[in-house]
Amino acid sequence: MTRDEIRTGVIAALAAVVPELEPGGLDPRVSLRDQLDIDSMDFLNFTIGLHKAFGVEIPETDARQLATLDGCVEYLAARLAARDRPSAA
Amino acid sequence: MPEFLLPKLGADMTEGRLVEWLKKPGEPIARGDVIAVVETDKANIEVESWVPGTMEKILVEPGPDWMPVGTPLALIRAEGPEAAAPPPPTQPRAPPPAAPPAPRPLAAAHPPPPGERVHVSPAARRRAEALGVDLAAVQGTGPDGRITLEDVDRAAAAKPQPSAPPDRRDRMREAIAAAMSRAKREIPHYYLSTTVDFGPATQWLEARNRERPVTERLLHGVLLLKAVALALRAVPELNGFWIDGRAVQSDAVHVGVAVSLRGGGLVAPALRDADKQSLDALMRSFQDLVTRARAGTLRGAEMTDATVTVTSLGERGVESVFGIIYPPQLALVGFGKIVERPWVVGGAVVARPVITATLSGDHRATDGHRGALFLDAVDRFLQNPQKL
Repeated sequence: MTRDEIRTGVIAALAAVVPELEPGGLDPRVSLRDQLDIDSMDFLNFTIGLHKAFGVEIPETDARQLATLDGCVEYLAARLAARDRPSAA
Repeated sequence: MPEFLLPKLGADMTEGRLVEWLKKPGEPIARGDVIAVVETDKANIEVESWVPGTMEKILVEPGPDWMPVGTPLALIRAEGPEAAAPPPPTQPRAPPPAAPPAPRPLAAAHPPPPGERVHVSPAARRRAEALGVDLAAVQGTGPDGRITLEDVDRAAAAKPQPSAPPDRRDRMREAIAAAMSRAKREIPHYYLSTTVDFGPATQWLEARNRERPVTERLLHGVLLLKAVALALRAVPELNGFWIDGRAVQSDAVHVGVAVSLRGGGLVAPALRDADKQSLDALMRSFQDLVTRARAGTLRGAEMTDATVTVTSLGERGVESVFGIIYPPQLALVGFGKIVERPWVVGGAVVARPVITATLSGDHRATDGHRGALFLDAVDRFLQNPQKL
């Protein structure tokens, strides 16, 4: 999965909790909570949305890595790469 | 035959608007079935029928008119003995059905007058029909003045937007103003606060969430709600309503949760029997309630059942909340931000996460002493999160 595809999936998960989201107005390096006024329930629902869309488990201790749009993309790219990497025989 | 009346969905509701019927005449109705959607000042609410039977007759059609609480909306033929009784003569007490909405202009559906032929592509014509755009008023920018899809979209965007969203916000603000003014005018509030060591709860929560998938995670807010519900069992004088000049305790603990809405305003729907639910069940109920509150799909009972309200503003940095009681309730509980503070444990100063819990109490119903016992109980329950 490319980073653009991941970004599209992240924005879709965000839009599910922030219906008025305008992706073009999102600064990818600024905290999502601050930009979108989301609370812990919204953030939990967003994390569940990512889990369902990408099929990866997201430990609570990793939540800080999901603070920004860029952070989400980098985190998920790494998780997906680790999941899809052939394990040593 | 029982009439289905426009219900009062909150102490501050005086009127509502029928948005949609979810049952047609002849359809069976089970107790608790959602049968209509009603717009209030705060949200669109799914309204249940507590009378099982059959939808007999619809008295009021959905429309733009606001009606007073208590307006008969439909007749329900009840099951059981009442159904066998001869039906009383139907008195058309309902206001006349609301006028249907004015038809959208569908100029494109009719050929333009001779000499004023509009050049427009079939796709643009279909789009104009769908968006309710009058093609006669659209300036074409395509070849020979032909109206393009972009022209239609531009014309649709330039149309005056429906005034519903700002109107809803205004109405909600008015409803909140009315309820809060009444509360401040009629309820002699007293306020108490205490600082609670949140270390045990934080440690327990982190350990618990570490072992569970994201779909089963708990938020710290659900521990607070459960602690409040259990503390109300211990100090029931704060759980209930002020009715006809006296306090009436509630046997059930239905915790109203203040939920801020995107775009402004708030609602405080009830988590029913919060004291009896496990933390996992309460979390799912809490998650469902907040999601539906923000989506505008709350149920009528959820808007009226709360026996106390809990508000938390900690996520935006507030350390303590001294709220206004939502009448006719007897108390409001507030929580602030979880912050690290120096704390003495076993004679040593250590850094601990702490949270400020506050109580706004109705002095007509209780005194500070009962309020203090309540906050002490909240503190005790939070020191043993595994028992919540």
